[in-house]
Amino acid sequence: MIEFQAVTKQYPDGTVAVDNLDLAVEDGGITVFVGPSGCGKTTSLRMINRMIDPTGGRILLDGKDIRESDPPLLRRGIGYVIQHAGLFPHRTVLDNVATVPLLTGQSRRAARSRAGELLELVGLPAKLAKRYPAQLSGGQQQRVGVARALAADPPVLLMDEPFSAVDPIVRDDLQQQLLRLQSELDKTIVFVTHDIDEAIKLGDRVAVFRVGGRLAQYDDPSALLARPADDFVSSFVGRDRGYRALGFLDAGGVPVGPVATVRAGEQATADQLDDGWAVAVDAENRPLGWVSAELLSTMDGSVNADRLVSGGSLFEVDSSAGTTAGSLRNALDAALSSPSAVGIAIDGDGAVVGGVTADTVLAALADARRAGEVPA
Amino acid sequence: MNSAFAWLFDPEHWSGPSGFPARILEHLTYTGIAVLIAAAIAVPLGAVIGHTGKGTFLVAGLSNGLRALPELGLLTLLVLLTWVGLLPLVISLVILAIPPILAGTYSGVRNVDRAAVDAAHGMGMRGPTVLARVELPNALPLIIGGLRAATLQVIATATIAAYVSLGGLGRFVIDGNNAGAGSPDGYPQMAAGAIAVAVLALLMEGLLELVERLVVSPGVRNQSRARRAVRLRRRPTTDLVENPT
Repeated sequence: MIEFQAVTKQYPDGTVAVDNLDLAVEDGGITVFVGPSGCGKTTSLRMINRMIDPTGGRILLDGKDIRESDPPLLRRGIGYVIQHAGLFPHRTVLDNVATVPLLTGQSRRAARSRAGELLELVGLPAKLAKRYPAQLSGGQQQRVGVARALAADPPVLLMDEPFSAVDPIVRDDLQQQLLRLQSELDKTIVFVTHDIDEAIKLGDRVAVFRVGGRLAQYDDPSALLARPADDFVSSFVGRDRGYRALGFLDAGGVPVGPVATVRAGEQATADQLDDGWAVAVDAENRPLGWVSAELLSTMDGSVNADRLVSGGSLFEVDSSAGTTAGSLRNALDAALSSPSAVGIAIDGDGAVVGGVTADTVLAALADARRAGEVPA
Repeated sequence: MNSAFAWLFDPEHWSGPSGFPARILEHLTYTGIAVLIAAAIAVPLGAVIGHTGKGTFLVAGLSNGLRALPELGLLTLLVLLTWVGLLPLVISLVILAIPPILAGTYSGVRNVDRAAVDAAHGMGMRGPTVLARVELPNALPLIIGGLRAATLQVIATATIAAYVSLGGLGRFVIDGNNAGAGSPDGYPQMAAGAIAVAVLALLMEGLLELVERLVVSPGVRNQSRARRAVRLRRRPTTDLVENPT
């Protein structure tokens, strides 16, 4: 448990970075500090491992005032991940990860074997261990940064905008990985970002900071979307918050209807289409795209996989494979982004199981609201 | 020019206490002593200033101020004021060698990736450990660059030793000058001495290049060449540690 008690940070020039912050970070789970630049979120994070000392108030780590700890010793017990990874250019990947175990007096051999385990844990191939940071991609460097922070198995992990310098696809990958790691390791993670979508995706609890270093709202993400405390939070959370809040509602209640399918490479006639459209599937029944009546009439009778209309997003329903079901947001997006207005529902193996329409999703939302499942 | 090479390769000039081997050894001794003393002063000073960011004005001031001093004048002054012998020479050469080493070490340490330094502190390294294990290893290409520049300048300038009755390759230049234009030991001897200084400088340059390859981490070496130019031009990033978000 990390407790901020009336914490203030004022710089000699009078700038107040953090203003009278009271906040408790519970053990376990990811707590996200989010806000525009200049809101004091990074300063607050860096005060936890004493990279910055507050000018007022105090911070307790498991009930103990952190000012009583020697900063270097305190920091060795707290993992630290920063924006550009900050790997040591002159050390190999393996030795970078072994840094803290070596500092705490482990033998080189023990530290390196621990580092090897961690590279595996963050999903890096063993052949990268002997490389130098400059030889890695940004995403790989960030993984090494996470592995390095976890090397001494600290109970607390501080992450300062760790994924903001990588491209969106890699970022999505890293976010998924962090969630997976967290489900295995159950650390107390404090995560700073300026990206509200990232905050909502990763956070078990989200603290929204406003400019001037004041806490605007501290809540779980669905409550943040449903009930912003004031206009600042509401505008920061963004204009699509009603739509994005659907991401927290399970789509289990949405009926999956039938959808017309035709197999790529095989003969098909206009009779097989439904409302002028059908999903073209491969041999494993996985969707390849859409075919319309008009398009089919130009195809000499057989479905040409190279000439399909590309489909929208896919909506995964819970299946025997045991994967998690999609949210109402996934279902609605699948329907809205589909050229035929029917969203493709797939099972855990990626095979088409049916279709959903926007009407059925909205009907399911209304049902959920009546049943009191939607936070008002 | 031919007579200069003839003089240079004359076997008679390659033996005895006034032959090339003895003079080269003297020349290298002056250079070695001066560069080592300069490094012993400038590397720690540059490292501490780069690490703490305090005393930056010293680097610019010392570098420019010392560079402006004329070595020959300084040497003559020191000899006139105090002693004859090795000490005034070494002092002059040390003063010549300090600026490039100090500037190289300072900018080397200062320009280490700020994120890496921040991470080093954040993982619980103490200040001296950060300097020794992170900043200096990454600053090595620039430190060695400073040492190379200093060595070259000192080798070229150590010829002034002969001016105050010491040895070294400058002996050939001074003696040749004294022998006069018509003498076979005149201009050919001067030119031969100058050629020897140039060759010695190139050899030392090659040797230090080799040292750089041996001591600099491959992780730093690969990127240093491309980035060095950029880093030198870039203003040092402001310190992350005491900055508001």
